[in-house]
Amino acid sequence: MSDPVAMSRPRKGAAGKTGTWRTFRPVVDREACNACGLCAMYCPDACIDADLEIDLEFCKGCGICAQECPKKAIRMDREER
Amino acid sequence: MAEIPEDEYLLKCTTACAGCSAALALRYVLKAAGPDTVLVVPACCTSVLQGIYPNTAFAVPVYNIAFAAAAACASGMSEAFASEGKKTNVIVFAGDGGTVDIGIQALSGALERGTNFLYICYDNEAYGNTGMQRSGATPIGARTTTTPGGKTDTKKDIDRIIAAHNIPYQATASAAHPKDLFEKVKTALATPGPSFIHILVPCPPGWRIPSDMPVTVGKMAVKTGMWVLWERKYGELTINGPSRAVMKKRLPLKEYLSLQGRFKGITEKQVNELEQQLGKNLAMLAKEEAGEC
Ligand SMILES: Cc1ncc(C[n+]2csc(CCOP(=O)(O)OP(=O)(O)O)c2C)c(N)n1
Ligand code: SF4
Ligand code: SF4
Ligand code: SF4
Ligand SMILES: [Mg+2]
Repeated sequence: MSDPVAMSRPRKGAAGKTGTWRTFRPVVDREACNACGLCAMYCPDACIDADLEIDLEFCKGCGICAQECPKKAIRMDREER
Repeated sequence: MAEIPEDEYLLKCTTACAGCSAALALRYVLKAAGPDTVLVVPACCTSVLQGIYPNTAFAVPVYNIAFAAAAACASGMSEAFASEGKKTNVIVFAGDGGTVDIGIQALSGALERGTNFLYICYDNEAYGNTGMQRSGATPIGARTTTTPGGKTDTKKDIDRIIAAHNIPYQATASAAHPKDLFEKVKTALATPGPSFIHILVPCPPGWRIPSDMPVTVGKMAVKTGMWVLWERKYGELTINGPSRAVMKKRLPLKEYLSLQGRFKGITEKQVNELEQQLGKNLAMLAKEEAGEC
């Protein structure tokens, strides 16, 4: 049955695979990282999980994680496409 | 201090610009509010952030509504939930244009009626969604698409307009200080009656800053005293966190202005005006906190 009103439903990828927006890709240097979690806290799109894995399917490449990392442990590498 | 939950209520990803700190702020608002929450959203970037029908990136119900009606709609919702014995949080999440300009009378009415809700104004200091026209919240000297030579009028002091309604809880916050924001949303939702939180959200395209800079710029707003973090509970003002130190010693305003392309053409006179307003605001807050006014 169709909805009685125009109603959207929550779904991952509602705005498409936003990882395709990226021109620079964040790369974490695990040696330099002290696991403070600030990058994950500040990612506007919650693309960094508790194990500091970055979801590149969705990461928009804004670079906030790299800018705010106190250890300068995140590099922004140009995407080759 | 409550632990910030790992749950996310903005599913990957919204359509927000890369580096959008309004989305960052909303992430923490929803973490604090939890799943039993309804958002009321007037036209603004947040209407678009949700994604494309029939899908949405928001995992809580959202009622999208016309500008002038947001707070009135929230009043009705809040009453309806109460009459059914439900404790659902009703949160208006509105832009600065939707708050300080277009939605102000409905907001004033809802505050006066004592509606049990939280009204959040996320302030990117312009009409972002329609291409960065100036709003009543745009500061002096900032270039927008309708003030190409820099705005000549003063930023409207919405916080003192709200304060005149004597509501139980009012606060300022910043997307660059998520823990402080999280705590304030928790407090607001635990306080019966109307609450208001005004969040500064640096916006990369609007402020003409690179997409990696919103958090740095947001922190600098606080360090220079351009933005002050405070809360007022039942009339008692407290200046919070990093803003406490700023009351004694602050960084020069130009360290905030020079990070942003929108202030490129600002005149000496306008910088002085901003300095004066900033100093006056800090002095008034210090007096109020000390119980001298
Ligand atoms: C009555 C009415 N006037 C104008 C518009 C067009 N409009 C849609 S969003 C918007 C800007 C809103 O600015 P703000 O509230 O600051 O939110 P932001 O877009 O910056 O997030 C405008 C002017 C509208 N939708 N309705
Ligand atoms: S680049 Fe931006 S979107 Fe990608 S992980 Fe870092 S903060 Fe998140
Ligand atoms: S901010 Fe830097 S140091 Fe901290 S967890 Fe992230 S990568 Fe590691
Ligand atoms: S214009 Fe600014 S507030 Fe709107 S989505 Fe983009 S970054 Fe966010
Ligand atoms: Mg705005």
